[in-house]
Amino acid sequence: MDQPQTGAEMIVARLATQSLGNRSLSAALTVLAIALSVTLFLGVDKVRTGARQSFANTISGTDLIVGARTGEIQLLLYSIFRIGNATNNITWKSYSDIAASPDVAWSVPLSLGDSHRGFRVLGTTPAFFEHYKYRRHKPLEFSQGAPFQGLYDVVLGSSVAEELGYALGDKVIIAHGTGRISFIEHGDKPFRVSGILKKTGTPVDRTLHVSLAAIEAIHADWTNGMPAPGQTISADQARNLDLTPKAITAALIGLKSKLATFTMQRRINEYRQEPLSAIIPGATLQQLWGLIGTAETALSVVSAMVIATALLGMVTSILTTLNERRREMAILRSVGATPVTILGLLTIEAALLTLLGIALGLLLFYIGLAAFQPVIDRSYGLQLSVDTLDWDQWVTLGAIFVAGVLAGLIPALRAYRLSVADGMTVKT
Amino acid sequence: MVLEKSANATMHPQSQASHGVIDISGARFTWPGANGFTLAIEAFSLAKSERLLLIGPSGSGKSTFLSLLTGINVPDAGVISILGTDITRLRSASRDRFRAEHMGIIFQMFNLLPYGSVIDNVVLPLSFAKMRRRRVEQMSTADTEARRLLQCLGLGAEDYEGSSAASLSVGQQQRVACARALIGRPELIIADEPTSSLDRDTQLAFLDLLFAEVQHAGGTLVMVSHDPSLAPRFDRAIKLDEIAWTSRKRGQK
Repeated sequence: MDQPQTGAEMIVARLATQSLGNRSLSAALTVLAIALSVTLFLGVDKVRTGARQSFANTISGTDLIVGARTGEIQLLLYSIFRIGNATNNITWKSYSDIAASPDVAWSVPLSLGDSHRGFRVLGTTPAFFEHYKYRRHKPLEFSQGAPFQGLYDVVLGSSVAEELGYALGDKVIIAHGTGRISFIEHGDKPFRVSGILKKTGTPVDRTLHVSLAAIEAIHADWTNGMPAPGQTISADQARNLDLTPKAITAALIGLKSKLATFTMQRRINEYRQEPLSAIIPGATLQQLWGLIGTAETALSVVSAMVIATALLGMVTSILTTLNERRREMAILRSVGATPVTILGLLTIEAALLTLLGIALGLLLFYIGLAAFQPVIDRSYGLQLSVDTLDWDQWVTLGAIFVAGVLAGLIPALRAYRLSVADGMTVKT
Repeated sequence: MVLEKSANATMHPQSQASHGVIDISGARFTWPGANGFTLAIEAFSLAKSERLLLIGPSGSGKSTFLSLLTGINVPDAGVISILGTDITRLRSASRDRFRAEHMGIIFQMFNLLPYGSVIDNVVLPLSFAKMRRRRVEQMSTADTEARRLLQCLGLGAEDYEGSSAASLSVGQQQRVACARALIGRPELIIADEPTSSLDRDTQLAFLDLLFAEVQHAGGTLVMVSHDPSLAPRFDRAIKLDEIAWTSRKRGQK
């Protein structure tokens, strides 16, 4: 259609910015609204992909996880991800029985329930360091020291050592319960750091590992979850006791043949002496995705709607200024601007607002990510990497920009019609 | 002022032809809509360098006349020839460009883009008019020419430097609008009640400045006003109803 001259296009761009500057408060608020919506969108996306990645990479090479009769997802969450607590334990006898069955290649008992300054303490056997695998069969590695050998030895996950500043040989006192602040400590039986693991990006980083016997020892003089009054057993006295556990929280099982997995799972689920559950980690993870998938979709829909709201806000704020700007458009028409130039002016304004919003949103996203990444890692064990946007995110940002320009066409077309109708004669 | 003669000789080749600056014949225009107001002009012409006052009360069709003259609206029939070009036969974008090149327009009020600087407001038409820009740049730069015009109209740099157009007084704003209309020497200056928001003394001072600059630029002036008392200062004064016939479909608005 009409072909505006290049000089006119330049002045149009400058006028759009000057006009915007004239309405800087409402423009700034519009940009902020778009920026926050973009930040929210990127943030949700980051947490979503980060969570998936970190969940999927946490366990590998384990065929079955055994625990007390409970929901499959719940068992996976508390045994591997240290999220929530077990409602029930399994007896040592049942565990020994299952571990001894001919199909089982290896088994690792897990005992949870104590903590140290907000980090979970895991009672297990040295087999844990051998058989626990993450991220496609990667084994645990020590950055310093070795697995626990003595009764009061403890192996720290990398984040524990890093955040609490522990080194080999340091003394660690374990608290009862899993709260961040605990009022009851096993102060009489201090542990010594025997090893520190390399970073894995899994909950192992945030865990203190001790032997099963140690868990028994620190609770030897306890009854009913409280120190028994008038009956103390010293650290050395405890060494002479029988420290075979009576119960554990869960167990990891490796089978000799994958083919036996379903048979073994059924046998454990139908175990006569005690109600037990056995889960296949991969399958349960898929269930978890199914569960989370709905929430993820809901989150994405919500953040998309927030973006739409922000763009609508922009349209509204431009539309409300149109009436007072009819005079401005009349002046432009009088000096020779075509209605198409007016259309361009308004569209450029919307494009500029959207672009600024996206840029500010990106900035806020990265600042927020850098600022909250350690906090999120500490509180949720979720490791979000600060990296460049992937292709999908760029496409999304591009789509937001296009949506902004298209939304800007609403007031622009109205301004076009107004300027065609008004010409230079606006009665104000 | 010394430049005047030579500039005139080289810069208005098209106005050397036999026709006047404006030639209207048989033009007729009806606003769309139920209450369609119709304006018809049988014949009207204006010679080069003439200063015309067009008198008419509000509602007499002045705005309609100006919208036809400037090519914002196109008559349903007839010819409107400006500088020998029948603008009714131009496409809408070409009419806009024609207006940018050949006309400088001053409104009654609200002439300036309030957020822009005074200089930006003055040089604004040059962005849409290549010939006017070239004319300015042959002699100096757009910025210098804007300052020169403002100076001639009694506005020194101290009056507008560092402040936006909106902060000027109404009289000062009208003078800035005048400079904008004159920059690049368009052949036709159209002023729509430019003095009605000014008090009497300022009105006369403004008219003197406007006349001097239009004459200096070799332009032709059409000024519309409801005030017949301004008539003696013009070459010619006519009432709109002497040249145009108007009607409404239904009642008076």
